[in-house]
Amino acid sequence: MISVAPDMSNKTSSVIDLNNLRDEQIALRIKELDLYYAEKQALENITMNIPKGQVTAFIGPSGCGKSTLLRCINRMNDLVDTCRIEGEILLHNQNIYDKSVDVASLRRAVGMVFQRPNPFPKTIYENVVYGLRLQGIKDRRILDEVVERSLRNAALWNEVKDRLHDSALGLSGGQQQRLVIARAIAIEPEVLLLDEPTSALDPISTLTIEELITELKDKYTVVIVTHNMQQAARVSDQTAFMYMGQLIEHADTNTLFTTPKMKKTEDYITGRYG
Amino acid sequence: MKSWFKSGAPWIWMTAGAVSISLISVIGLLLLIASRGLSYFWPSDIYQFGVNTQTGQSYTVIGEIYDRELVPTQRLIEAGIKFDNIQGEEVERLLVKTGNREFVELDFQWILSPEITQSDTPSGLAVFERSKNGNFYGFVEAVIADGKRIVENKEAALEQAIERAVELNDLALDLQNDEIGAINYELERLRLKQRKYELEGTLTAEKVQELYDRRAELNLEYREYEKQLFAYRNQAKRDEVIVKDMRGELVSLPMNYILDVAFPNDMNFFGKVARYGKQISKFIFDDPREANTEGGVFPAIFGTVFMVMLMAVIVTPFGVIAAIYLHEYAGNSAVTKIIRIAVINLAGVPSIVYGVFGLGFFVYMFGGSLDQLFYPEALPGPTFGTPGVMWSALTLAILTLPVVIVSTEEGLSRIPGSLRQGSLALGATKAETLWRIVIPMASPAIMTGLILAVARAAGEVAPLMLVGVVKMAPTLPVDGNFPFVHLDRKFMHLGFHIYDVGFQSPNVEAARPLVYATSFLLVTVIVALNITAIGIRNHLREKYKALEH
Repeated sequence: MISVAPDMSNKTSSVIDLNNLRDEQIALRIKELDLYYAEKQALENITMNIPKGQVTAFIGPSGCGKSTLLRCINRMNDLVDTCRIEGEILLHNQNIYDKSVDVASLRRAVGMVFQRPNPFPKTIYENVVYGLRLQGIKDRRILDEVVERSLRNAALWNEVKDRLHDSALGLSGGQQQRLVIARAIAIEPEVLLLDEPTSALDPISTLTIEELITELKDKYTVVIVTHNMQQAARVSDQTAFMYMGQLIEHADTNTLFTTPKMKKTEDYITGRYG
Repeated sequence: MKSWFKSGAPWIWMTAGAVSISLISVIGLLLLIASRGLSYFWPSDIYQFGVNTQTGQSYTVIGEIYDRELVPTQRLIEAGIKFDNIQGEEVERLLVKTGNREFVELDFQWILSPEITQSDTPSGLAVFERSKNGNFYGFVEAVIADGKRIVENKEAALEQAIERAVELNDLALDLQNDEIGAINYELERLRLKQRKYELEGTLTAEKVQELYDRRAELNLEYREYEKQLFAYRNQAKRDEVIVKDMRGELVSLPMNYILDVAFPNDMNFFGKVARYGKQISKFIFDDPREANTEGGVFPAIFGTVFMVMLMAVIVTPFGVIAAIYLHEYAGNSAVTKIIRIAVINLAGVPSIVYGVFGLGFFVYMFGGSLDQLFYPEALPGPTFGTPGVMWSALTLAILTLPVVIVSTEEGLSRIPGSLRQGSLALGATKAETLWRIVIPMASPAIMTGLILAVARAAGEVAPLMLVGVVKMAPTLPVDGNFPFVHLDRKFMHLGFHIYDVGFQSPNVEAARPLVYATSFLLVTVIVALNITAIGIRNHLREKYKALEH
């Protein structure tokens, strides 16, 4: 059995006590969330707080519900006809499943990046400004500024600054994924959801994205789903382990990987299943 | 043998064979209509035959050889032709186009080969194209230009005289179509205006006076133009040409009916090629003459293309919107499944049924109501309550609607869900995602639907006969009179032109090559429309290549 206990030596972020968070430290509160696909229950009674300005990773074996939980946060599950949700997710003390909430503006506040890079068949420039154009921003100066800032923040500017008006489809997979991140942060979300953002990429692109994620947490609350435990250990401050639709353990990454409280967590991180 | 079957070789042979058969039939069809149609314009030699019949008559026949065939001798004997020197079972006979319609009974004549005593293609034989009575064949004897009889250098004089007459005729025609046409159009509008005032009860003496004045003004103008028109015509009539025809008689042909002259027997190869090109361009750009058996087909080309484009403009937004609703919003219930099946089945309804529907619904009900509401002054004369180009386009739009819906739906379903989600995750609503991402990406599929629709509509004739096509339309649906596009007008169509020339013509022999030529042209027009659409589609595909992954 190979031990996958991760190397924690380069972790620098200050540890937050998840059980004693002050209100202003919390980005999202998930309260007693149940989710059903038709009759099948996919999430069971999830309650957790996601701290602001930190990277929270969801880990767990395939089918454990980590992606489903992520998609609840910006209501992408609304697209699934048979999906039914009970419980609350609070953003600014407002339940995002409340009838008065405008889904489009929620998704502006909670950006998302998917597993496979999905740039639009437009130019690099148009990809980045897509969200702004939706908001009706036409001022060329603002758009140019946002494009540069977002691409710089996504560590892509130097590679594409001379071909902003070429098709985004000409970029490599890793570049496309960073472009998609730039697109998401161009509209200044509060929370950025990353759904296995590196699973379709080569190791070098993965490394670039991981570095990017650690930089992003200065400005955004990042929630990342990953099936790669080393990745979770490398990039995240908090880690939530899920199993069979349940939240088993949620702790700061260091603690969770070195001294897990639950037997299931230990089994998983030592590679006994998953 | 068994291993041969197992290897899959017979399967490959069978599939390749099927492809070959399709290819051969398509190419064969195109070659047949192209060769038959295009050879019609080649300036063939004019023969002079000396004929000596069995009954002792002898005469001369001048004309072009149209056809050769072998007939059983037995049949000729039964028909009452006596042979002294029967050779073999079959006799060859020639079909000769002799022209000169006003002097001979038939401008096509069969001659039996054994009766021909002498045959040659003498130099100096001319073929005249005329605006009346078809071609004239004969030897030019003299040209009478401006009262002078010219015998020396008569070809040049003839050419000059024809050029002058054609120019004058063109001037007269332009005057008639443009200036006089505009006056007539305005007079008609004045009449309708007066009638409208009458119906509204607002026809005051002042208005009557105003209309009267304007009418008088127009009539005055009209008389001026008419004078000019007659002057042109008289001038065109000034010259004439004296021609010796095959009976040996001298005939005077007035210049104003002559459109063109050629001496094919004296032409070298390049001269013939030049003449060939000229004949083809005349066929494409001229108006038809003499019950469509002579002249060109320009109004039919224009009508076909115009109607198809109008149809495309109607069917595309309609079909795309319907497909978007079906695919994006309607869900996947039993009802939508039934609707989808119904749409697909619509494509199988015989086209004449659409014609009947178009006549009953669009022309009589819809057009009739439009007339009642908006054109009461023209009643009982119909404006839109009669077949016209708009109703034809609408009828064909319904006919081709299923094609557009089905291919648009296919295109929509091929857009990857990840792109839709990407857009939604950036705060776009479903409608914004559709407009900015999905529909642009589905545009190649929409174009495919349009290509299929155009191909179907351009070749459709049967429904059009009920809803707007005519044998001869005096005016195009687009002209210089306000509002410039006249959707209520009837129009000519290449498909119907083929039917009309081929089956309704008084002169079957003359019409046959025209049928092939028109068919070839129709195919060319459809191919051109399709290639344009395919070009646009390929451009769009290039732009939205994301579909590949």
